[in-house]
Amino acid sequence: MSDLEKNAQGVTDELPQEAKEDPLYFNPEPKEGASAHIQSYKAAPEFQEPLGYPGELPPDWKERVLGKMEEMRGKVRSFRLFLDICVKCGACTDKCHYYMGTSDPKNMPVGRQDLLRSVYRRYFTLPGKWFPSLVGARELTEDVLEEWYTYYFQCSECRRCSVFCPYGIDTAEITMAAREILDSVGVGMKYTNEIIGKVFKVGNNLGLPKPALESTLEDLEEEIEEDTGVKVRIPLDEPADILLVTPSADFFAEPHIDGLIGYAKVFHATGAKWTLSSYASEAANFAMFIGSYENMRRIALRIRKAAIDLGVKRIIIGECGHAWRAAYQFLNTLAGPFDFLDPNYPVPQHICEYTWDAIQKGLLKFDKSQNDWIKLTYHDSCNVARASRMGDYPGGQFDIPRNIIKAVCNHYYEMPEGTTREETLCCGGGGGLLTDDLMELRKKGGSPRMKALKHVTEEYGVNKMAAICAICKTQFAKVMPDYGYAVDDIMSVHQLVSNAIILPGSMQEKELMGEDAENAVDAAE
Amino acid sequence: MLTTVYALLFYVAFVIFVGGIAYRIWEYKKTPVPLKIPTTPAPTTRVGVLWRMFKEVLFFESLWKSNKWIWIFAQLFHASLWLIIIRHLRYFLQPVPELIALAQPFGKYAGLTFVLGALGLLARRMFVARVRYISAPSDYLMLLLFLGIGISGLMMTFVTRTDVVGVKAFFLGLMTFNWQPLPNSPQLLLHLGLVALWMIIFPFSKLVHAPGVFFSPTRNAVDDPRERFYQSPVLPPIDQVPQE
Ligand code: SF4
Ligand code: SF4
Repeated sequence: MSDLEKNAQGVTDELPQEAKEDPLYFNPEPKEGASAHIQSYKAAPEFQEPLGYPGELPPDWKERVLGKMEEMRGKVRSFRLFLDICVKCGACTDKCHYYMGTSDPKNMPVGRQDLLRSVYRRYFTLPGKWFPSLVGARELTEDVLEEWYTYYFQCSECRRCSVFCPYGIDTAEITMAAREILDSVGVGMKYTNEIIGKVFKVGNNLGLPKPALESTLEDLEEEIEEDTGVKVRIPLDEPADILLVTPSADFFAEPHIDGLIGYAKVFHATGAKWTLSSYASEAANFAMFIGSYENMRRIALRIRKAAIDLGVKRIIIGECGHAWRAAYQFLNTLAGPFDFLDPNYPVPQHICEYTWDAIQKGLLKFDKSQNDWIKLTYHDSCNVARASRMGDYPGGQFDIPRNIIKAVCNHYYEMPEGTTREETLCCGGGGGLLTDDLMELRKKGGSPRMKALKHVTEEYGVNKMAAICAICKTQFAKVMPDYGYAVDDIMSVHQLVSNAIILPGSMQEKELMGEDAENAVDAAE
Repeated sequence: MLTTVYALLFYVAFVIFVGGIAYRIWEYKKTPVPLKIPTTPAPTTRVGVLWRMFKEVLFFESLWKSNKWIWIFAQLFHASLWLIIIRHLRYFLQPVPELIALAQPFGKYAGLTFVLGALGLLARRMFVARVRYISAPSDYLMLLLFLGIGISGLMMTFVTRTDVVGVKAFFLGLMTFNWQPLPNSPQLLLHLGLVALWMIIFPFSKLVHAPGVFFSPTRNAVDDPRERFYQSPVLPPIDQVPQE
């Protein structure tokens, strides 16, 4: 038994009776300060300034923070309303995966909101000004700022809490606001802000310049040709009908890259004229994570410019959760209207919508048995589930990826109810937390999902999990090994498509035809 | 003397209550929604949103999903409150409309379920560690206020009867600015005093969740950002943005 397995075993031994009956059991008792020590690295001035933020805490920080809060109170309805109307009913208290994983009450959604609400009450409400201790109001101090930084970077903005709150209070909105307030006084997060700077400079989160991108794509084309015998193109900056904007992780990370290969094969099989753009080589929009409308818009505008420059008719977004939110819910508002695109297609479209449409039209041919060694489950990514849609009816975002999976896989199993669809659990690394300095938090926050996965592994022998989010994929590749899975047991949905697709004129087609012929002979005999 | 104090108290309370709520509604309405943020899956039409809101406000759909115990106590509490309010309209309307007269027997017992619901919520607040952690003194006081109103009201119905005719005359008098003496009974004075207090703190407290829920941008938005262009009220239109 490996140490990791022993670890997992050790934990199971200590669990009370309920735990054995409920696969999702966690100890609901709060432990104050349990995750107070987990803090991400702060951004150096060089990463703050390109985003329009001060490099360090200015002497008049307190006035500035209060000024910013005043501004947001007038500008952002969710900020003002959510801070006002929470009744402290407690319905959300056990719904956050970071609370489930850390037991720190400041990770309960309402506990997290209260970090800001207590200050808001003190300075912006009558009862808070007159009777602060009665209503839980407190002074704004540097310690408070530090506490904000700690806990507002322990929220993945997954919106799970907003599903369960009777008023729809979305802690993600409060977290975004808090991060924007912190940034406005020079307290930024290194990971997110450095990355946003790279997008402004180079065009993608990874800082991959065009030549590097070009050679990566050429390598991929060769790889596909070797595997299939078909010359599948992955065009970059070519005039086309479709602009594909995908998370840059798709260009180099595993299993993301297999997803990209899948998109390319689908486009090839449908005969689409498509292209990637080096200028808009990033679907991710980390400015959303830090609640900055201005920076979010700057990133979104790159997609608009690329679409105009390349003269495309449609925009399609690759597999990424928050990027799909930024695109589906916000792209039109931030960078639209897109009246220069083909009005017959929604702007933007998800790659899964495109593939499912092609499957329904019978344009794609599959050999499902290629995925027969896989017993698969599917992880709904937060932002896809709770902040977007696919297709033309509510909930299409759950069905379309599953439809695709079922078209290419024979063995598919759902994780337990309460952990999927709108109630899905975050991978633990979303919202700008996918950095090594938060590894402890990421592992703890990922544990509820891992329990649900373990459950289907024990019940049905599930050995792979698919997702359509770049962050989820990277995060799971890090977390799953702790639970006895392999790094590559997390898969892209389009990787499964890629495995099963039979391209016209490919080796796989010939093989299959040969088999068919043999079968026909067998049958005749 | 007593009559004057209570009469003035209720005028003040009424003005703060109505004015305060109107002010809050105006405030929420005028605060822009920079981006559309419905929590999905969300309805794709206006009618669908009305239906979602209806289920949320009347049946606490989200709360049902999250916690059955809170749901039960909250429903007991709120449904009873509605009945009680309807029943109390008889003190302000002359003649009493038939429908309100019909509600009388239910309204009477709603007082009991109201207190039960409030006790349940209080118990959760005190005994569930997570809820205790998020509770400020004001959260307990709010429930105690409701319990005070409920219990003093029940005493007048079930223990020592109050001169309800006199109470009605007092309120009708208030409304027509022709003051009538307020019957002097300790339960009644307590009951009315607490109700006035409730009206005064309403607009300044979490009680604004009642009008506020209708403005919640995660619940009241139509999920149609692709079908319908939404111009953000806080961002300049695209043609005024410098292109990089
Ligand atoms: S569920 Fe909503 S109202 Fe209840 S405590 Fe949580 S945030 Fe507040
Ligand atoms: S948005 Fe997600 S991570 Fe943040 S408090 Fe809510 S449930 Fe927790």
